[in-house]
Amino acid sequence: MGTNVSLEDKFQSYVDAENKVEPKDWMPEKYRKTLIRQISQHAHSEIIGMQPEANWITRAPSLRAKLILLAKVQDEAGHGLYLYSSAETLGEPRDKMIADLQSGKAKYSSIFNYPTPSWADMGTIGWLVDGAAIQNQVMLTRTSYGPYARAMVKICKEESFHQRQGYEVVMKLTQGTLEQKEMAQESLNRWWWPSLMMFGPSDDNSPNSEQSMLWKIKRKSNDTLRQEFVDKTVPQAEYLGLTIPDNDLVWNEDRGHYDFGEINWNEFYDVVKGNGPCNKERIAHHVKAHEDGAWVREAASAFAEKQATRKNKESSAA
Amino acid sequence: MAGGWLNGVKRDFTSEEALKEYFFFLADDALMLGQQLSSWCSKGPVLEQDIAIINTSLDHIGRARLLYQELAKMEGGEVTEDTLAYFRDHLGFRNALLLEQPNGHWGDTIARSFLIDTFNFYLFDKLRSCSNKALAGVAEKALKEIAYQAQWSAEWVIRLGDGTEESHHKMQQSINSLWMWSGELFEAHPMFDQLDDSFVRFESLREVWLHKIGEVIKEATLIMPSPELWMQTGGRYGVHTSELGFILAEMQSLARTHPEATW
Repeated sequence: MGTNVSLEDKFQSYVDAENKVEPKDWMPEKYRKTLIRQISQHAHSEIIGMQPEANWITRAPSLRAKLILLAKVQDEAGHGLYLYSSAETLGEPRDKMIADLQSGKAKYSSIFNYPTPSWADMGTIGWLVDGAAIQNQVMLTRTSYGPYARAMVKICKEESFHQRQGYEVVMKLTQGTLEQKEMAQESLNRWWWPSLMMFGPSDDNSPNSEQSMLWKIKRKSNDTLRQEFVDKTVPQAEYLGLTIPDNDLVWNEDRGHYDFGEINWNEFYDVVKGNGPCNKERIAHHVKAHEDGAWVREAASAFAEKQATRKNKESSAA
Repeated sequence: MAGGWLNGVKRDFTSEEALKEYFFFLADDALMLGQQLSSWCSKGPVLEQDIAIINTSLDHIGRARLLYQELAKMEGGEVTEDTLAYFRDHLGFRNALLLEQPNGHWGDTIARSFLIDTFNFYLFDKLRSCSNKALAGVAEKALKEIAYQAQWSAEWVIRLGDGTEESHHKMQQSINSLWMWSGELFEAHPMFDQLDDSFVRFESLREVWLHKIGEVIKEATLIMPSPELWMQTGGRYGVHTSELGFILAEMQSLARTHPEATW
């Protein structure tokens, strides 16, 4: 018992001194579990997040827009792969993570449980959703677990590119026909509040935050990140000539920040619980692709085994 | 030729029309395949292959764009790569019928890619010395991508053919059912009367294609269908299957709803 305490103390001072924890280092079991939960959740978000955008690839209104969207979704798949590998360094196999996603045990970002009925959503998602994600991920480039921090550096670069592309899609709409302007505003109306929800519960109600802050997995509170996002995004909306759907939004000179209205936490918790418009659809889509591909994966392993056997025979014959 | 379902199609081309026709064949093939592959996005059998197929789709659509941009220059006026992709109807499209066949399952998609990628590989290799500089440039740029695509689809044919009993059976079925669309790739065409010899005659690729396809199919422990079987035709003259209407309806819907818009 005594040894355990001192190991944990040593770990804490190691982290406090801004050292990076590497896969083979000793770490508290709960640190490992927290990271697996967080990294796999992040990976799942990238993967499930492909769906609302893939939805528009075949209908993208110009070839250039189609290419940009394809490249973006490809990046997300790559991020997912990268993050799964990062979680695997903590001893969690990818198959298990996928099974947990499909069973509902593991979560992903709730924002992807909203649908994308409009092309404008391809812009708004890049601008707001990727924007909110970046807010969080820039912080994570300094997270205490080395492989995760390094994955984030690469991912952040691509995400900020996505955000600019998303902003460009919205800008083209706001500079376009009346219908295009309406598309942009309508899309912003739907995505604004769910984007603010992406930062998670308010600090008073965030069960995992305190320990994560102490371990420097997380370095800023949910409310701080949310405020940064609002402060950054309001001028961008103004520049586009779009109205943020919040009557309480006002610049507060004393605080040096925007005040904004109350998030509908009932909606937040309901969507997290599985009651969003697309929760079932997203998982069903993932399960179907996985099941449809089962025979392909089996064939690939069978072939690889045959190849290995042939190789062995050749080398023993030689 | 009269009396069949291609009765009445255009068979006389000026040299200017013939050049455009050649570009349209290649551009529409690329767009159609890129469009079809793109709808695999988020549905692949394993994440790595999702990435691979999106990447391939990107290459095809990228190549289509380059070719449409050249066509837009030839057409002049208000024509752009996007008016060509989004505002032509089925009669205007010149893709081979093979490419509008549905994605089906992974094996069907692989078989379709395998047949066309192998064709594209020999075609674009030769087109690098085309007298049309723009086309030679596209070919130079595209060949590396196409070589990768041809390797990817051939490897999958082998993996599935020589994988499990189920995958073997599925792969054989896929090749058998797509086979009748493969002959069109090698058809002679009246436009060639107006084009110099450096515009690769598709029929000249048939033998080397059959040889390569045969090798891969053999390695995959599959049976090669007979090259003498009845082959479908029509796409190169704008006569298509019902599938194309649905592909275009989906692809063009948003652009056509807002014809005045730029994106």
